[in-house]
Amino acid sequence: MSSRLINWFKFSSPVAFYPLAGRLGAWSGWIAAILIVVGLYMSFFVAPTDYKQGEGYRIIYVHVPAAWMSMFIYVVMAGWAGMGLVFNTRLSSMMASALAPTGALFAFLSLWTGAFWGKPMWGAWWVWDARLTSALILFFLYLGFMALQASIDEPRRADRAGAILALVGVVNVPIIYYSVQWWNTLHQGATIKMGGGASMDPVMLWTMLIMTFGFWAYAIAVAMIRVQAIILERERNTTWVTELVKAGGKA
Amino acid sequence: MREFFAMGGYGLYVWGSFGVALVLMAAEPLLVIHRRRSVWRRLARIVRLQSEETK
Amino acid sequence: MLEIFFTVLRRDLLLVIRRRSDLFTTLVFFVITVSLFPLGIGPEMDTLRLIAPGVVWVAALLASMLALERLFAADFADGTLEQLLLTPQPLSLLVLGKILAHWMVTGLPLVLMAPILGLQYDLSAEALGMLMLTLLLGTPALSLIGAIGAALTLGLRGGGVLVALLVLPLFVPVLIFGAGAVEATVSGLGAEGHLSLLGAMLVLALLLGPLASAMALRVSME
Repeated sequence: MSSRLINWFKFSSPVAFYPLAGRLGAWSGWIAAILIVVGLYMSFFVAPTDYKQGEGYRIIYVHVPAAWMSMFIYVVMAGWAGMGLVFNTRLSSMMASALAPTGALFAFLSLWTGAFWGKPMWGAWWVWDARLTSALILFFLYLGFMALQASIDEPRRADRAGAILALVGVVNVPIIYYSVQWWNTLHQGATIKMGGGASMDPVMLWTMLIMTFGFWAYAIAVAMIRVQAIILERERNTTWVTELVKAGGKA
Repeated sequence: MREFFAMGGYGLYVWGSFGVALVLMAAEPLLVIHRRRSVWRRLARIVRLQSEETK
Repeated sequence: MLEIFFTVLRRDLLLVIRRRSDLFTTLVFFVITVSLFPLGIGPEMDTLRLIAPGVVWVAALLASMLALERLFAADFADGTLEQLLLTPQPLSLLVLGKILAHWMVTGLPLVLMAPILGLQYDLSAEALGMLMLTLLLGTPALSLIGAIGAALTLGLRGGGVLVALLVLPLFVPVLIFGAGAVEATVSGLGAEGHLSLLGAMLVLALLLGPLASAMALRVSME
């Protein structure tokens, strides 16, 4: 048990984590590529046509995974940031900063694909639907986190300020979500449900899950490479980075 | 083939969302790899300059 | 322990009374913003009555956001804030005192002014009362949440715009329930649900806001 504990703490230092991040990044990159290719094949050739929405429903296979990932990444990011704040571990804060742009990308994609779905289904590019609205606010929260970190020059302050903001955000996300939902039901009565609800064709569900796992692996891969870049930038004056660069090899 | 791309009349919307998703998800890894490589190169140059100075 | 709270409160209020121009800028901004909407939308009273709660609430939101910059800035500039951080008393209590003083100076005038602006939009007496009540519950919550953003961006370049980006998304629930309560009153539905949720949000902001702001201040002042 104790040896395991030591192993975990070993990887909480950037020195030990840097090579591991490279391997993890490469592996999850390949897994992501395979899963996404399989998922794309399934979304277009295996999954049946929806009886109500025709072929247009296929947008679900990017929209829902992107929306899920944008929420999931925000929570994970806040977790890392909070860990960095409490335990004062540099690496956790770097992980949080590495995840933010990817989370923002997924939030943007869920908005974009939501608009492209809304146009044929609801007849408008943008509908003030509860889910779209809360996705928009989530996107703003990501932008705020990144803008705050970008405007602070001192890395330590940037980490901790970002952590406080992310934690405040994570407390607020459910409140925002439910308030927007409440607002929406009051103003519109019934909203049109996306997808087939609970009684979904198992093939459709599997396709969606495969895409989600693909996006997940993608997020890990990109975050790992980004965290490597952040480690190099922040630790450039340490001897271990100098040694590593001297030892050569490509990045 | 043409029927496939038409997506039962939803072509614009389906390809509009899948296309943008794929473009962005291809661009982000490339940008991140580029960022890591440029940091690495900058550091390598600094290391080289320092070793020349000490010689 | 509460002594420090009242000391800070009294000090901040005294400072504002000595320099009264600060009192009016936020209020004037609020009045002008609300008065601009009919010019952009048109003078039809039916439309105006419909949008009044939202317009007044959004204007109050922006006004209290703009005022946030002054919450810690003066104390930061003259070094007082550093002294405050060194006191043995709990910092969050001290911050709460500052926020309350700030709200009394920037938030309370908005509450008192709102019914007069509501008259521009032909709101009924009942709706005007509800507007005041929601603002009375909502603007303190805005100040409490906004204080976190103000503390985080202390001394940063481009702080004002950054505060907007950090704080406005967090204001959303308060806006929804505040404006929603007035709307519900206008349309004859009960506003109790909205009000109790707005109250719950104020309590939550009261509990977490000062703590988070105190933490943020320590981070920013290191």
